[in-house]
Amino acid sequence: MSTAEKLENGKFKWVGTRPVRPDGVDKVTGRARFGADLFLPGMLVGRVLRSPHAHARIKSIDTSKAEALPGVKAVVTRDDFKEMPSESVAAGEMMIDYRDMTRNIMAREKVLYDGHAVAAVAAASASVARKALKLIKVEYEVLPHVIGVIEAMEPGAPVLHEAMFTEGVEPTPDTPSNIAARNELGRGDVEAGFKKADIILERTFDTAPVHQGYIENHACVASVSEDGKAELWCSTQGHYMVRAFCAKLLGMDISDLRVTASEIGGGFGGKTIVYLEPVALVLSQKAHHPVKMVMTREEVFRATGPTSGANVWVKLGATKDGKITAAEAVLKYQAGAFPGSPVGPGCMCAFAPYDIENVKVVGYDVVSNRPKVAAYRAPGAPISEYAVECVVDELAEKLGLDPIELRLKNAAKEGTQAAYGPKFGPIGFVETLEAAKSHPHYNAPLGPNQGRGVASGFWFNIGGESCATININEDGTAQLMVGTPDIGGSRASMAMMAAEELGIDLDKVNPVIGDTGSLGFSFLTGGSRVTFATGKAVIVAAGNVITDLRERAAKIWDIPVDAVEWEDGFARPTSSNAGEFDPLSLADIAAMAAKTGGPIAGHAQINAQGAAPGFGTHIVDVEVDKETGRVTVLRYTVIQDAGKAIHPSYVEGQYQGGAAQGIGWALNEEYVYGEDGRMQNTGFLDYRMPVASDLPMIDTQIIEVPNPNHPYGVRGVGETPLVPAMGAVACAVEHALGTRLNELPMSPPRVLKAIGAIGEAQA
Amino acid sequence: MAKIHVTATVNGDEVEFLCELEETLLDVLRDELHLTGSKEGCASGDCGACSVMLDGRLVCACLVLGVEMEGRSVETIEAMAAGDELHPLQQKFLEHAALQCGICTPGILVAAKALLEKKPDPTETEVRFWLAGNLCRCTGYDKIIRAVLDAAAEMRVS
Ligand code: FES
Ligand code: FES
Repeated sequence: MSTAEKLENGKFKWVGTRPVRPDGVDKVTGRARFGADLFLPGMLVGRVLRSPHAHARIKSIDTSKAEALPGVKAVVTRDDFKEMPSESVAAGEMMIDYRDMTRNIMAREKVLYDGHAVAAVAAASASVARKALKLIKVEYEVLPHVIGVIEAMEPGAPVLHEAMFTEGVEPTPDTPSNIAARNELGRGDVEAGFKKADIILERTFDTAPVHQGYIENHACVASVSEDGKAELWCSTQGHYMVRAFCAKLLGMDISDLRVTASEIGGGFGGKTIVYLEPVALVLSQKAHHPVKMVMTREEVFRATGPTSGANVWVKLGATKDGKITAAEAVLKYQAGAFPGSPVGPGCMCAFAPYDIENVKVVGYDVVSNRPKVAAYRAPGAPISEYAVECVVDELAEKLGLDPIELRLKNAAKEGTQAAYGPKFGPIGFVETLEAAKSHPHYNAPLGPNQGRGVASGFWFNIGGESCATININEDGTAQLMVGTPDIGGSRASMAMMAAEELGIDLDKVNPVIGDTGSLGFSFLTGGSRVTFATGKAVIVAAGNVITDLRERAAKIWDIPVDAVEWEDGFARPTSSNAGEFDPLSLADIAAMAAKTGGPIAGHAQINAQGAAPGFGTHIVDVEVDKETGRVTVLRYTVIQDAGKAIHPSYVEGQYQGGAAQGIGWALNEEYVYGEDGRMQNTGFLDYRMPVASDLPMIDTQIIEVPNPNHPYGVRGVGETPLVPAMGAVACAVEHALGTRLNELPMSPPRVLKAIGAIGEAQA
Repeated sequence: MAKIHVTATVNGDEVEFLCELEETLLDVLRDELHLTGSKEGCASGDCGACSVMLDGRLVCACLVLGVEMEGRSVETIEAMAAGDELHPLQQKFLEHAALQCGICTPGILVAAKALLEKKPDPTETEVRFWLAGNLCRCTGYDKIIRAVLDAAAEMRVS
């Protein structure tokens, strides 16, 4: 049966089923090796000295005492890294500049945030390394700092980069500022659109920066040999990116650096850039030993990328019957110490779920004295869409319309021209709204102090470059290799697609993640791209295996290859005219490989185009305790279009995990800074992510509107589930309280302030 | 500073190790004994990734010093399966897809096993509160809770 026929009548053998993942046993027995789990002979311990200041000029660094300490094998500072010219490259879904990257991994002229790396040591033990760090003398000239995005934009704010003149404004300003760039997009005429409106709402929102919160701290082991060749083991979402970044920063040939991705203990976008890896390589090179570096949780909080905190202004106009006539927004996103917040995608996504004629969005990318932001699940989108969804909800309330009805009136459909440019292909937004409307959750009764919120979300999803290789073993089993780290069960979906195509049993396919020396370039695990893009590569590779298998069968039967077809795991003559032959299984053909031309394999190297966007709608019920201000999530439902769910359990898992992260963002998570510009809540006790007792079961519904650009219809699912969550929770809290907070997180003090239970100062 | 000699029982075997005063049980397990199934997520007792059984009691290995181990017995995730037989909790975690990245999984399994030994028939709420010290950032806990409840049900039958 062809794939098209299988799709038509749903007759898949593996796709859509829920087998146990191939790497599962290793992960429930503690056998799986994550970033910090590798030990090499002669390995040293590397540790980083970090800035205690939010902003300071480095006058001098004296490492002589540390170097003299017995057991210390190498010390590195800014002098060990060369200056990089400004050059932008893609780091996951965000752009990064090598000039900034080298400064972020090791401060040069200035330290720009509390926790910024200033030196590192490699020593025989952790305790010697710790002692050595204390012996490094850094002389700082402390400078005034700025933390908040609004404060950083004010004239007269301490300036982080003396050569930063706002890009995207005409004429270019002649004084430097913390506003790295202004961008604008839109279409139509918003002024005219607002004139047609019967109602106009304008609201301003603030969101706190939040950390990705992966449980595994950054870790790597580097080993540089005397001939300059190096091996690197690290926890990353993309080892080919790590290779490219490190080779560039260290001036190496790419082929001299072999990077192996360990198992990865969560990333959510935060492991798409480098922190320790180049430092470990330089330490290893100097020390002539392998060097292992592992961050502490405090280091992760102080020095690795959260996503932006932001200030967002939204204006919506609509007619009485709920048709949105114009939409405008201004987004001010924190970038952290170096430019590059996700304000660009924030602008593009803000109104993407809706078909609006007149749209204008302006974004500002603003630096301040905090760690450089990194990608976090649909980078930029959750912030702007949270703000827009809150205003959409208020619009519905003011017009006396059901919020789902209002969305249905304005929802983007196939053929809608998105405000950010392209026309949508087949999308499942309306389907998620209809499903929400008829979901029992949406119509269930609520008790006192309870409220229900609903919100929707959009994310692009990406494709991009991926390789896959399938080697057929002598016994008819298949070795499948891909280059995208498995962060949440992708080995399972890759193996399922290979088994489906080849027509063999799933347990005959062994999927592995290849290192950079074993497989060609593959873009990282991010952008919700793996099941789509790497999956497509697997399907192409399997197709090439099948071509090879048909040729072998043709040879064995001595008939033309066109007269051989591959069906459900067997080569058969296309018709009796071709001859009468018993079908040959993959194992039969594999056993005769030597006689028919040698090993059987299929490879694919593709740049997958046609990723299709994801849309989701969330429904949530909360109860607010008006005495304590605590918000409890009572019930949660995620409805999202997956295109086609290869392994539904892991699709549901993405939906549930995204919602949980969104609940944390909505209710608790934030960075607390002291007057001194230092982060005060650098541990999980005070940076409070949701725990099991904070959450209810999270119900899911998978909508399947196939993506025409993937053989099975797959669209990415990983990021979209975070996008609607903050808006949904915010609307639920509003409906419970009768007042809007317009600020995240909606922590107990803020809730109490909103209902007037405590004064401004206490919140 | 000289290292201190410690004799302890680890997963049923007597082991000897040398440790520095500042080293935790987690450091000893991972860096000295290379039992890396116990994970470090915080080193402050807030994530549960390092959960182990110490003399039959659930503890965070990052909050116990290596030198406190003299004469004591620790059981880690590495001892959870009996030979080729996975523990019902391990099996149910696989069937329910109760892990995504898997970094929290060893700690959660150890903690859940401790719960079921105390309370073979926990309610959903009891499981949620018992596991409140084990952070998982990937799953939203839904499938974890279901897997624990399902394993409990199966263990009661057998
Ligand atoms: S590492 Fe021990 S509780 Fe987090
Ligand atoms: S599965 Fe990743 S932290 Fe739990």
